[in-house]
Amino acid sequence: MLKHRARAVMVLIVAAAIGYFVYTTNGVGSSHPFRLGLDLSGGTHLVYQADISKLAPADVGDSMTALRNDVERRVNIFGVSEPLVQTEQGAALSSKESAYKLIVELPGVTNVDEAVKSIGATPSLDFRLITAKDMNAFQASSTSFTSTTTEQATYLALFKTTGLNGGMVGKATLEFNTTTNQPSVGLTFNSDGRTLFDQITKAHIGDYLGIFLDGTPISVPVIRDEIADGKAEISGSFTVDQAKELVRNINFGALPVPITLISTQTIGPSLGQAAVNGGIKAGFVAFIIIALFLILWYRLPGFVAVVALGVYTVLMLALFKLIPVTLTAAGIAGFIITIGMAVDANILIFERMKEELNRGRGIWDAMHEGFARAWTSIRDSNISSIITGVILYEFGSTSIVTGFALVFIIGVLVSMFSAITVSRLFLYAIAPQTQTRLSEFLIRNGFKRSI
Amino acid sequence: MWVINNRKIFYTASGILVLISFLSLIFWGLKPGIDFAGGTLIEVQYPNGHPDQSALSVKLSQIDPGASIRPSGSDEYIVRMKPVDQTEKSSVFGVLNASESTSTNSQAVIKTFDSIGPILGAEALRKAYVSIILVIIGIVIFITFAFRKVSLPVSSWKYGLTAIIALIHDVIIPVGAFSILGHFAGYEVDTLFVTALLVILGFSVHDTIVVFDRVRENLKLASAKKPFGEVVGESISQTFTRSINTSLTTLIALVVLYILGGSTTEHFSLALIIGIAAGTYSSIFIGSPLLVTLERLQAKKK
Repeated sequence: MLKHRARAVMVLIVAAAIGYFVYTTNGVGSSHPFRLGLDLSGGTHLVYQADISKLAPADVGDSMTALRNDVERRVNIFGVSEPLVQTEQGAALSSKESAYKLIVELPGVTNVDEAVKSIGATPSLDFRLITAKDMNAFQASSTSFTSTTTEQATYLALFKTTGLNGGMVGKATLEFNTTTNQPSVGLTFNSDGRTLFDQITKAHIGDYLGIFLDGTPISVPVIRDEIADGKAEISGSFTVDQAKELVRNINFGALPVPITLISTQTIGPSLGQAAVNGGIKAGFVAFIIIALFLILWYRLPGFVAVVALGVYTVLMLALFKLIPVTLTAAGIAGFIITIGMAVDANILIFERMKEELNRGRGIWDAMHEGFARAWTSIRDSNISSIITGVILYEFGSTSIVTGFALVFIIGVLVSMFSAITVSRLFLYAIAPQTQTRLSEFLIRNGFKRSI
Repeated sequence: MWVINNRKIFYTASGILVLISFLSLIFWGLKPGIDFAGGTLIEVQYPNGHPDQSALSVKLSQIDPGASIRPSGSDEYIVRMKPVDQTEKSSVFGVLNASESTSTNSQAVIKTFDSIGPILGAEALRKAYVSIILVIIGIVIFITFAFRKVSLPVSSWKYGLTAIIALIHDVIIPVGAFSILGHFAGYEVDTLFVTALLVILGFSVHDTIVVFDRVRENLKLASAKKPFGEVVGESISQTFTRSINTSLTTLIALVVLYILGGSTTEHFSLALIIGIAAGTYSSIFIGSPLLVTLERLQAKKK
C-alpha cells in the first residue's frame, strides 16, 4: 500500500514536470514549440507533377533528387522559415504518369505567384564583382562566414553586377584538379563572354569574382590574372554529384526534370488560427464533460480514470513536441477523439471489477481480477485500431490524413499505457482498505442492477 | 437475453437503414469534393461588405463557364470552378479584387485557395479505395488469428465474417447519410470523410472484438450443454454497459468537436458521430446476434 502510494506520488510529480515542460515551451523562439501544419499556420502547399518520360529508368532517382535540390535552393531565396521540399513516389498506387511528384510547402506564404514563378524558372548563372577592399573589410567585421541573415544580406549587397551571365557560357564541363583530384566545373565562354570576361579580369586583378546561381554565391574565387582565352573554372568545395548538377544546370539551363503545377492550396492565417482556437476549446470542454461523466458514474475509480486521462493528455502533448508531430486540424481532431477512446480501457476494467464484486469478491480481489481479465479485450481491440492507423498512415494521400493517422497511432499506444499502468497504480494507492458500505459505494458504479 | 431473442427486430431496423442508404447512393450518389474530382475552391472574405454576387458571377463565368459563387456567412463568398493554372488564377484574383474597388472600398482577403488537378484527384480516390480494402483485409486476418483457438461451435473465420458484416453496416450508414446530405444540403465527401470512414471501421471492429472476446472467455468457462445463444446473450449483457459508456465518451468528444472545432473538421466529426453511433448499435444488436444466427444455420445443415 505504502509502496503504491509512494509510486503514485512519483508518477504525479513526473507528470507535473512534463506538464510544466509542455506549458513553458510554447511561443515563438522557445525550444520545443508545437509544430503546426500548413492548414493551421497558414501558407501554401504546391504539388508538381514531374515528367519522367524522357529519362532512362535508372536515372529517375538521381534526377528527382537533383530536382528537389534545385527547387529547394530556389525556395530558400524567399527567406521562408522552414520550407519543405520533398519528392513523392507513389508508384505502387498511382498510374504511371502521376507516379513522381514534387511537393513544396511554404509556411506563412500566401501570395504565391512569385514563388511559383521562381520555382518553375530556369536557373540563372551570373558573375558579380566584389573589390578586395570590401571583401577584407567584411571578413574583418564578421566572425563567421554565414552567421546571420542580416550579415548575409550585407555581404551580398557588396557585390556589383558585371553583365556577365550564364547565357554567355558556351559550354560547361566536369573537370578534376590534377593534384587534389577535387571536382570542379570548367566554363568556356562564347565570343561575347570571352571579351567581357577578359575586360573584367584585366581591370580587377586582386578583387573577387563571385559566381552566383539563382542569386546565391556558389564560389567566390580571387582574380589572380587577366584571363584572355575565355576559360574559367568554378572550384567550390563541392562533391562530384554537385559539380555534375552544376554542369547540367549551366548547359541545359532548366530543371533536371520538367515539372507542371497540378495543385495549389493556400490557407490564410486567420482560418488556421480559428481552427487552432476551436481545437483547443473543444479539447478542454470534451475533457471536462468526460471527467464529470466518469466521476459521476464510476465514482472513486472514475476519479482515478480522470487522473489517468490527465496523465495521458500531458504525455501526448509532450510527445507532439518531442517527436515532433506536425499538428493539423485533423490531427487535433484525432487527439480529441483519442481522449474519448482512451477512457475505453478504464471502462472495460471498471465494469469487470463490478462484476467481480457482484460475485462476492472482496475489493482487492475484484480490482486484481478486473485488471487481469480486461487485458485481452484491451489488447485485441487496440491492435485492430493500430492496424487501421498504420494503413491510414501508409496510404494516406494527403498530409491531412497522415497527420491524423500519426496522432491516432500514438494516442492508442499511450492510452493503453496510461489506462493500464497509471490507473492500476492509482487505484491500488487509494483504494479503501476495509469493506464497509461506504467503500462498496465508492468502488461500485452506475445502477445497482445490471441489464 | 432480450437482444438475442428479439434479434429479428434489430436486423429489420438495420436492414431498413442500410436499404435507405443504398437507395440514396444509387439514385443520388455522393458529391465528390475537389480533392477527388479536381477543381478549384476559393474562400474570399470582404471585411467591409461584399460586392454584388451576380456581377462577380458574370465575370467569373468568362474564365470558366461552370464557375459558381455563393455567399458564406455575412461577408464571404465561396467560389468553385475547374482547376486553374497560374495565369487563370491571376485573372480570377483580378476579378475578385477589381469588383470591390468599384462598389465598396474594402480589401478582398483570400482565406483559402485550393486548386487540385484531375490527376491528383483520381489518385486520391484510388488511394482511398485501396486503404479501405486493406483495412478490411487486415482486420479479417487479425480476428481470424485472435480467435483461432475458438472453433466450437462456430469456427474462427465466422467471427471475422460477422465482424465484416457489422463493419459494412457501420460504414454504409454514414455514407448513405452523406449521400442524402449531399443531395439536400450540398455536403461533399473529401479525403477527411474517407479518414472518418476508416476510423469508423477501426472503432466498429474495436467494439465488436470486445463482445467477441467475452464470448471467447465464456465459451471456455461454460459447460458444453449450454446453448450457444445463451452464452452469446450473457456476453452481450456483460459488455452492454461498457459498450454504451465507451461510445458515450467518444461521442461526447465528437459532439464537442462538431460544435466548437471550427469549419475544417465539422463534416468530419459529423461523419464520425453517425458512424460511431451505428457502430455501437451494430456491436450489440447485429454482430453477436449474427453469430447465433450463423450457429443455428450450421446446426440445421447437420
